[in-house]
Amino acid sequence: MQRKLWIILALVLVVPGLMTMVSCATQTGGQQTETTTTTPPEAPKAPMAPDTSAADRAKEMARNQFLNENVHFAFDSAVLSPRGQDVLKRKAAWLNDNPGVSVVVEGHCDERGTPEYNMALGERRAESARAFLVDTGVSSSRLRTTSYGEERPLDPRSSEEAWAKNRRAQFRIQ
Amino acid sequence: MGMTYRKAVLAAVMVLLAVVLRPPAADAVDEFIDIHPFLKKIPLAIPDFKPLEPGDAAAQTTGQTRDLMVETLEFTSYFKLIDPAAYLDDPKTSGLTKRSINFRNWTIIGAELLVTGGVSQTGEAVEMELRLFDTVKGDSVLGKRYRGRKADLRKIVRKFCSEVIFFLTGDRGYFNSEIALVSNGTGNKEIFIAEFDGRNPSRFTRTNNITLSPAWSADSKWIAYTAYPKDKPNLYIKHRRQQRGYEIANKGLNITPAWRPQAGTNGSLDAMQLAATLSFTGDQEIYLLTGKGKIIKRLTKSWGSDVSPTWSPDGKRIAFVSNRSGNPQVYVKDLESGRVDRLTYQGRYNTQPSWSPKGDKIAYSGMEGGRNDIFVVGFDGRPPTQLTRDAGNNESPSWSPDGSMIVFSTTREGRSRIYVMTAFGTDQRILLKLPGEQTNPQWSPNTGF
Repeated sequence: MQRKLWIILALVLVVPGLMTMVSCATQTGGQQTETTTTTPPEAPKAPMAPDTSAADRAKEMARNQFLNENVHFAFDSAVLSPRGQDVLKRKAAWLNDNPGVSVVVEGHCDERGTPEYNMALGERRAESARAFLVDTGVSSSRLRTTSYGEERPLDPRSSEEAWAKNRRAQFRIQ
Repeated sequence: MGMTYRKAVLAAVMVLLAVVLRPPAADAVDEFIDIHPFLKKIPLAIPDFKPLEPGDAAAQTTGQTRDLMVETLEFTSYFKLIDPAAYLDDPKTSGLTKRSINFRNWTIIGAELLVTGGVSQTGEAVEMELRLFDTVKGDSVLGKRYRGRKADLRKIVRKFCSEVIFFLTGDRGYFNSEIALVSNGTGNKEIFIAEFDGRNPSRFTRTNNITLSPAWSADSKWIAYTAYPKDKPNLYIKHRRQQRGYEIANKGLNITPAWRPQAGTNGSLDAMQLAATLSFTGDQEIYLLTGKGKIIKRLTKSWGSDVSPTWSPDGKRIAFVSNRSGNPQVYVKDLESGRVDRLTYQGRYNTQPSWSPKGDKIAYSGMEGGRNDIFVVGFDGRPPTQLTRDAGNNESPSWSPDGSMIVFSTTREGRSRIYVMTAFGTDQRILLKLPGEQTNPQWSPNTGF
């Protein structure tokens, strides 16, 4: 269990570095992609293993961040903002760290539109998020999308702040 | 002269057409409002109903029946009921028929129409004589005798009202129609169905999740709607009275159903047709389906959202919402030629189109300043008419089967409620009150009595 955790942590730290290496490598040599990704497990052989609870806490925090950090959108838009893309990069990292996990991407809207069109808009938001993750390498078979339109606001108030919070792609573990 | 009012309504329509066909002018809207039939209401008198025979046990029933008659005719918004305190007529001497009515007593107080009613009751059996008079001409216009049970009082009154409205407008009205709506009083959005005047609302679905978009089949026997059995929207086709139904559960969204008029009139679901938005290809498009959900063909083709189809009464065209121009607007597609025209240009958010049963107009929700209002637009290129204004958020218009009224939802009281108004935007009032909030009303077709 502890060992697996370290592998995961190592992946978080090493994989982004490897990804840049790979992209350099593929430009010159090509074939190295598959071999490089198999290396990380050797790296941290628990030289100074922290206590389990701290590791669990870190894992729990990462999981909570994955679930609670939403991708936000402008009114009547399914376009990913630079901030939204940063959030999705963190999602991709967590998904890479948790390869067995499948998720549902839910698209949501604020109350101002009308319910039917918002149902469609919510799906387009979820699809934008899904497409971005697939582009970064997450397997599409792990990602399902749905839409709740304006039916499940996070903040029921009628204010700019609430609306901004409610226009979102939200992740749920399946 | 018996045709006076029908003529008056026809004349109003002619003037209206003349105004509509004229080149746009600044005062056009005011003239439009001035001549429609709901602004100049017809003064109507309805004296107390009487027992058909002296000493009849019907005494209690007469008051109840008259009240029902008043409520039902007032609902139509065509009439101005004259206050009974002004009536000169002596109920002791005047009768129910032409010979025993002094029409001058009615014209003098401004009444142009008069309804009399006689009721007799034996046990549970009820008999009723209802008449409509043109007081100006001093002539009988309608006379009907009905037999039924005491429980049928409302039905009998509605039947007669249907005759009255047919006489005035040439249309049977909506007196045997219902209104489906969404209410969240149970903690979930469920579909409820009430009579056209808001009476007797009852719960129709028990999905215990999100339930939306009720749509009536042309024969009023089936209701299609959207629900979330798990975590995504599917379509359900449910019989109005029987425990029968079908699920349409393609991958992705299955939303916004609309039954095609003139299809499957033999009552077979296989022959009936629906338009609905499906997204199983990854793109939201409107498809034509059988009543059981089998895909017949795709009706739209554009990347992005295509939702909320509504059929022309002849079933040859659909209006729908698309964001192909960058924001949601209403488009019309002719299914035979494949031609698509954009209908709405004013504003950046126009959704929820509803095709009028006469075919000449589309009502929709248009957003300005973050709030929706109800608009009506024709196909003549003239700007839309705004029917609601400065009164909360107004959404989801749906026409009465005769096209004279529109039901919609509004937040003008705070919580979302179902309201009705005339097709010209006058006489806006609440239809019914239920716990929670009510949205998404859909007026059923009018079936025969």
